[in-house]
Amino acid sequence: MEWLIAAVIAVMTGCGVFLTLRARTFPVVMGLTLLAYAVNVFLFTMGRLQIGLPPVIDKAASGYTDPLPQALVLTAIVIAFGMTSFLIVLALKARSELGNDHVDGMHKSADERHASAHKKQQQSTEELSK
Amino acid sequence: MNQFASFPVLLPLIGGIVILLSQRAGIGMQRLLNLGFTLLLLLLTGWGLQQSLSGDYQVILLGDWQAPFGIVMVLDRLSALMLFITALLASAALWYAINTDTDKQGHHFHVLFQIQLFGLNGAFMTGDLFNLFVFFEVLLLASYGLLLHGGGRLRTRAGLHYVVINLVGSTLFLFAVGTLYGMLGTLNIADMAMAVQSVAAEDRGVVTAAALLLLVVFGIKAAMFPLYMWLPNAYAYTTAPVAALFAIMTKVGLYSMIRVHGTIFGESAGDLAFVHSNWILVLGLITLVLAALGVMAARIFRQQVAYLILASVATLLIAIGINSQAALSATLYYLIHSTFIGGALFLLADVIRVARGTHADTFTKSTPVDQPILVGGVFMLLAIAISGMPPLSGFFGKMMILNAAIVHNWFWAILIVILLAGLMMIVALARTGSLLFYSVQAEPEKPAPALNKAAFAAIIMLLVTSPLMVLLAKPLTGFTEATAAQQTDHRSYIDAVLSRQPVTEVSK
Repeated sequence: MEWLIAAVIAVMTGCGVFLTLRARTFPVVMGLTLLAYAVNVFLFTMGRLQIGLPPVIDKAASGYTDPLPQALVLTAIVIAFGMTSFLIVLALKARSELGNDHVDGMHKSADERHASAHKKQQQSTEELSK
Repeated sequence: MNQFASFPVLLPLIGGIVILLSQRAGIGMQRLLNLGFTLLLLLLTGWGLQQSLSGDYQVILLGDWQAPFGIVMVLDRLSALMLFITALLASAALWYAINTDTDKQGHHFHVLFQIQLFGLNGAFMTGDLFNLFVFFEVLLLASYGLLLHGGGRLRTRAGLHYVVINLVGSTLFLFAVGTLYGMLGTLNIADMAMAVQSVAAEDRGVVTAAALLLLVVFGIKAAMFPLYMWLPNAYAYTTAPVAALFAIMTKVGLYSMIRVHGTIFGESAGDLAFVHSNWILVLGLITLVLAALGVMAARIFRQQVAYLILASVATLLIAIGINSQAALSATLYYLIHSTFIGGALFLLADVIRVARGTHADTFTKSTPVDQPILVGGVFMLLAIAISGMPPLSGFFGKMMILNAAIVHNWFWAILIVILLAGLMMIVALARTGSLLFYSVQAEPEKPAPALNKAAFAAIIMLLVTSPLMVLLAKPLTGFTEATAAQQTDHRSYIDAVLSRQPVTEVSK
């Protein structure tokens, strides 16, 4: 089971890193979400893998699983959820303000392309008239 | 009595909620409330600082659970100092924001401002690593809102980068925290410092990896090479009061390095002692070189100020990397200085930007600013302070750092980098000053708008701290030395945190 969990974390982290390095905002959001999932599973395993053991005191229990990582994961999930929703709204805002979904907003929107093409044309006609 | 120590964290939270509820009462009421809460916080942190002079640790057990089972808040000299300079900087930034109507550019400026202070104060006081993560998230979420306050293309673009890199940072923080918990079995900083002494030899590599991963996270916050790329644009394109308040944000990363790495991987950690120090020193030196080049290459004044902030962070990283008690004392002196002067420079850049109309703060020929002698004089004094020339506080801070570096093996490298970077900053700032104040149109098209005197008072207030730090250098260095001594005395920190008994005994 250790191998399975480790592989799951590795694959999710790898995909998360790959997507986070993409140039469009949507894959970046997806990548950060995957990274958040990976880190949650990772945190969970840090209390060691136990099956069928209670986290809180129980007289019939033969042993206990560590309850602290579960509390940490709960906190981390809530925070990651809030942050992701904020990032989505921000990505939408950037999409509307920068005119495209590139993370650097470097590619011009259709209107700007039109405007700059128009300007270039003007310049070339001016040069010709000289 | 002891519970009063938690008020610097609670007050801004209550303030944020109250201001949110007073939304209908209008902007005037919100300003009044925010100013009231911030000034109250200033008084409270001043009182806390005065309390900490005794050298006691004020340990607050949240929910009355004994450490390391519950979360603790610790108020010692270092925390009290950070709380006080945050409150002072926040007061100046808020005063500027109110007098320039920056807070009217969007919604909820005052709420976010208080929540930002809540996150900062919590991060400065917590004694628990996971709790530090939570307060980081609080201060980051508020900072996202503040950074984007007012909107605009460049701001949105810089904000997107800032949010994404900090989300990556949060994920890395969780990986590091998880690994440390898995290895040490605790998240209380004092308890971790105990547990790290008995790490098995085969586990040392994993613990070192986690420690350095944590350094990456704090490096993102502090803008350490190669993780500083987000800073110049984010700070240059946000509103001035927010940029001024953010002068303390990079210091959160530095504080965390001093607190977390300094305590857990201190000299008592055996083979793991100071695994981070050389990394911080080398990366600090590289950051300083790049920051000085950035100062020279900047095309607009706000970006230049952002690189100056980066240079001050780099100088502090070098001082932390030198890793001695004298260097830590010098770090704290320089930290106070650079926070206030950096904040003042961002506000001044905004004054210049507004005065120059369409030319803004680009280095082009424009109409002269209103009251050029006053504004130019303040610019000159701030430039002297930030570039580390006598007689202002930057010079003394740098001299203390270099003085502490003499015994270090890499003294010559540190000396050459700090002095050369200082020279480059002086040249760049002299050029900026002459371009902004001397190279002006002889016959302006239209007169510059009148200087906003009330807002300018905030800059004067921050500027005055610099000569005050020189005049009061003796008591101040006495305080920073005592703080450094307290911070390097891990034994009593651990004892104070772990021996603190709950108020109520558990009934058997």
